[in-house]
Amino acid sequence: MYALNFDPDVCESCETCDCLMKCQYLAFDLEAAKIEKARINRGEDSRVLTDCATCYACEEYCPNGNHPFYLIVERQEEKGILPAPGPITRQQVLMMKPRGTITPMKVKAPVIDMCYFPTLVGSIRAPLYENPSIIVGSDVFCNIMWLHFARNSVIRDQLPKIIDNIWHFYLKDSGVDELVCFHDECYATFTHLAPAFNIPVPFKAIHVFEYISGRLEVLKDSIKPINARVAYQRPCSNRLIPETQHWVDDIFEKIGAERVERAYDRENALCCGQVLRAHQREEMADDVQTRNLKDMRATGATYCVFNCPACMATLAEAAAEMGMFPIHLSDLCQHVLVGNASKG
Amino acid sequence: MPDLLKILSDIVGSEFVSDAPEEKYIYAMDPGTMPPCEPDIVVMPGSTDEVQKIVHAANTHRVPLVPLGAGLVLSGLSRALKGGIILDMKRMNRILEVNEISRYALVEAGASQGMLQAYLRKHFPHLKHSVPDAPPAATVAGNVSIHGSGHMSHAGGFHSDMLNGLEVVLPTGEVARIGSCATSPYWFARAPLPDLSGLFLGWAGTTGVITRLAIKLYPNYPLNDVGVFVCEDAAIMPDVLYQITGTQLAEDVTAWMTPKPDWAAGFLHCNVNYAAKTKQELIWKRNLIRSAVEKYINAKTGGFLPLPGMMKQRFLEVPARQLSLFADVRKGGGFEYVGAIMPVQLFPEAYDLGLDIAGRLGVSYSMGCRIIGVNHSMMFFYAYAFNRADADDIARAQSALEETNKHVVAMGGIPWKAEAPAQKEIIRRMDPNMFDMMRRVRSVLDPNGIMNPGNWEED
Amino acid sequence: MEYAEILHRCFRCGYCKLPGNYIDFNCPAYAAFRFETYSPGGRMWLLRAWQEKKLEPSRRFQEILFACTACGNCVEQCALPKIKDQLLAAFTAGKAALVDEGRVPPPVRDSLTHLQKYGNPYGLARKKRTDWAEDAGVETFSGHEFLFFPGDVGAYDSRGQEIARSVARLLKRLGVSFGILGNSEVSDGNEALAMGENELFRLLAEENIAQFKTLNVKKIIALSPHGFHALKNEYPGLGGAYQVFHYTQILADHAGGLSFRTPPTKMTVTYHDPCYLGRHNREYGSARKMLAGLPGVKLREMDRTMKNALCCGGGGGNLFTDILGNGPESPARIRAAEALDTGAAFLVVSCPACAVMLGDAVKSANLDKRIQVKEISEIITECIV
Repeated sequence: MYALNFDPDVCESCETCDCLMKCQYLAFDLEAAKIEKARINRGEDSRVLTDCATCYACEEYCPNGNHPFYLIVERQEEKGILPAPGPITRQQVLMMKPRGTITPMKVKAPVIDMCYFPTLVGSIRAPLYENPSIIVGSDVFCNIMWLHFARNSVIRDQLPKIIDNIWHFYLKDSGVDELVCFHDECYATFTHLAPAFNIPVPFKAIHVFEYISGRLEVLKDSIKPINARVAYQRPCSNRLIPETQHWVDDIFEKIGAERVERAYDRENALCCGQVLRAHQREEMADDVQTRNLKDMRATGATYCVFNCPACMATLAEAAAEMGMFPIHLSDLCQHVLVGNASKG
Repeated sequence: MPDLLKILSDIVGSEFVSDAPEEKYIYAMDPGTMPPCEPDIVVMPGSTDEVQKIVHAANTHRVPLVPLGAGLVLSGLSRALKGGIILDMKRMNRILEVNEISRYALVEAGASQGMLQAYLRKHFPHLKHSVPDAPPAATVAGNVSIHGSGHMSHAGGFHSDMLNGLEVVLPTGEVARIGSCATSPYWFARAPLPDLSGLFLGWAGTTGVITRLAIKLYPNYPLNDVGVFVCEDAAIMPDVLYQITGTQLAEDVTAWMTPKPDWAAGFLHCNVNYAAKTKQELIWKRNLIRSAVEKYINAKTGGFLPLPGMMKQRFLEVPARQLSLFADVRKGGGFEYVGAIMPVQLFPEAYDLGLDIAGRLGVSYSMGCRIIGVNHSMMFFYAYAFNRADADDIARAQSALEETNKHVVAMGGIPWKAEAPAQKEIIRRMDPNMFDMMRRVRSVLDPNGIMNPGNWEED
Repeated sequence: MEYAEILHRCFRCGYCKLPGNYIDFNCPAYAAFRFETYSPGGRMWLLRAWQEKKLEPSRRFQEILFACTACGNCVEQCALPKIKDQLLAAFTAGKAALVDEGRVPPPVRDSLTHLQKYGNPYGLARKKRTDWAEDAGVETFSGHEFLFFPGDVGAYDSRGQEIARSVARLLKRLGVSFGILGNSEVSDGNEALAMGENELFRLLAEENIAQFKTLNVKKIIALSPHGFHALKNEYPGLGGAYQVFHYTQILADHAGGLSFRTPPTKMTVTYHDPCYLGRHNREYGSARKMLAGLPGVKLREMDRTMKNALCCGGGGGNLFTDILGNGPESPARIRAAEALDTGAAFLVVSCPACAVMLGDAVKSANLDKRIQVKEISEIITECIV
């Protein structure tokens, strides 16, 4: 059940092997890359399975949509290869498991899905969000993070129930069929991962940045542009949904922010490093974070803008130490709206 | 009974003495499970001179005298088991001196952990003392005198090891200085004189009243970090602790094992706190500590939790305020614990004992251990929460504590700050000549048997 | 007794005795008396003992309860999140239970009786309530933007009256439109409530609310933080909902209208956060904003500021009952010494009760040549042309 949509023949005819050739963490020449990819495809041992940083980027790099990263995770689990220590993996699964405390609630559009970030609910307020309904909690947690822990089995087990929770406890009886995903990962889960595993999703997911861009258009007369250079931290989950990148540019344009050109943005974005620490790869995490932050600082950016709350929790302090104001993109947009800006 | 109210009021002033039912009620108990023992009167001296006069009076009238700090020992050691006078020392709470170069602080016996910590932060921010995880109202003297431990104990040993000297009022009323302060204006060490401080450490206040003490201070580095190692197998913990402490880079190594929240059950966590002057040094220490347990990391049987900065705050807080939360687990404002001082090799057995007792008796529990010295020993604690409005719940916790004490002693450990029943358990196992020495010491120091009677006595 | 169900949940860990930075004892009653009975934990256990009939509420028991100044430090610092917010309510409920049984210390009985008979705790004639306003150019409220509510201390205490006049003059100077109720004003009732006299509070509040309604009052400026607290938080439950401000908030909003002396008046000050403005209502900024805007004035903070401030000892009715006394261990004396330690020449307050308590403490400790207690509008007035 919920088989992965992977076709080995597609890889056979792939000439570029971009999934491995473009990898930021493992180095190959083309011949070696093709050999390793074939090993992975056949279910054999490969150093990729033990050394993968689980940054999701190869899902973006693959020109054929043949899910190279999801396959890596499948193989890791089949072979009992754990990126993170066993106790940490098992504890994380327990920590994030659904509590079963969800109760029916009438909602109306826009329904903002806050995943399992109850502490961020305060960000969902006027004027940027207009009369939102908010859903949050362990019973709506998207579960995509198990990709970092070689636990597709947990995704297969939990995600259908989560989708069912959202649909039956909130959306269906309220006559709402759209869900605004605050977290990039949730949007990626419903629009990319679920289809890849043939898990049906009865509602339409909307990326929060699409929603915000629309709201900024409506509220354009209330915008006090920040006229600042901003460094953007593109999260790993966005590799699954690169088609949403343009919303970020749209938003920055509307609020008067210049998204600085830098080495580690867009297709070359770096993982925030927190998962590498979970994998006990401290020195690699140090290196990745240092390169990323120095790259940001070199641009003279005054803001370090985040999409993902986990990236922000990981890098905010270091960004502030480097003289940048760390802020989530949603909060930055709230800040530029007149009425909010004066509250300082 | 003599007119203690008048006698003591003449010494300290009437506003600092009370034999009112309210004071007798509150001072009869501490927040643990031990039943109340009502004193006859409570007095709060403000100086060594006043303590001396009170001790004279107690001797003259053969009235029991029980020194009291903040009353947070939880095993009821500052209850008046045989009635008498409770000597609440907390008015004597001045910080007398900080010697920066020799790194020590001289304080009055009633000075609290929190106030010393705050004082150092304000006036000597590059120095700190080893703070126990007791609430900040706990006294420095109380904790030292019961062989407490805290956030520098991996580096510095028991808090009694960090003692440089004492001023005591003996049960017969003399004031004695012990340590270098006996011959020198400086309170820098107990060596090289014959070390009489041991006569006042671990004796539950039965040998005299500490009025002043000097304790070692340590460098307070500006950068602090913590690694939380997690595994699922208690059998590897002695080696994990051995390896980590072998780096001698941490300030504090404390393990914790708790069934709540649910995700913590069955996992063994070990907080490794370390500090540095620079970021580079901090990273270097982190890497060395990590490499000490590399075999477990490589085998995927253990690893350090990925904690972003703000999630580390609760593990960096000194003292750890969240520990008091355990008191409300049964919605009843109570917990008590057996702190078993043991060799680290007993960790798996100690852990299994806690699981067994908690499971059989149905008590809410939490376990952990703090490493003392370079794996020289551990303070392995079994904490049992209880609802103080539920007599059955209290009884359950008491049974758990008693059983834990018995098994700890049988295993080769020794309950720290043992309550009176546990003391008897220890005495039963003790080398008879050691106990005989204790009796002889007490009979010399306290011929009238006034000091906290009922403690360290055979059945 | 209300809140009886939480009394046993106190662990007596003692976090409640200290501020967040642990620097010294911060429970005024415990600091003054030092017996464990006077600490918040002691009170919790004593109340439970009374409820379980293990103790009778003797005179000492009553004094222990009424020594609580309702400062809220225990609420701020309690380590147990599930009971901390109810601590003060539990102590007040304990006081209410004593009041219901008529078992209160005589000074408490007397001040409550005065409140009931005269509408103020001093037992002074109602018609003297507006004596402070003579020659201050203060108008009777009639369609003004704000009602100015001086409260009992501002109306009747000589020091309080000085402050009421100073604040009124400054508000006038800044063009604030305000009027006063007049002699028909009665006590805001905050201290009655803090002493557990719920019914008396209700009567006093309803008397004021009826007048506010008749006059169509919409906005109120309170002189005293005690009044501010009651008007803002307790009156709405009795049907009296207004926009309530403390005068420092209005001053801060209008600060742009001030012209300063040149050269500027130089002084070093320290600021005492009143409990009912600070800890209870989280308002720490307006007074500081004012002080920061005064050229020549340098602010040095004490070790215990904002939510860690040590109460002056005037709350819980203690300004009138004097259960804490004014000995060397009284919180007011401790606070005065703490202010002196900053090196400031002036201890600035924004509460008439604090002004009285701390002013008396400075005098009785013979510190008046070294530090003076001034209310903030008095400081501002010295700096402006």
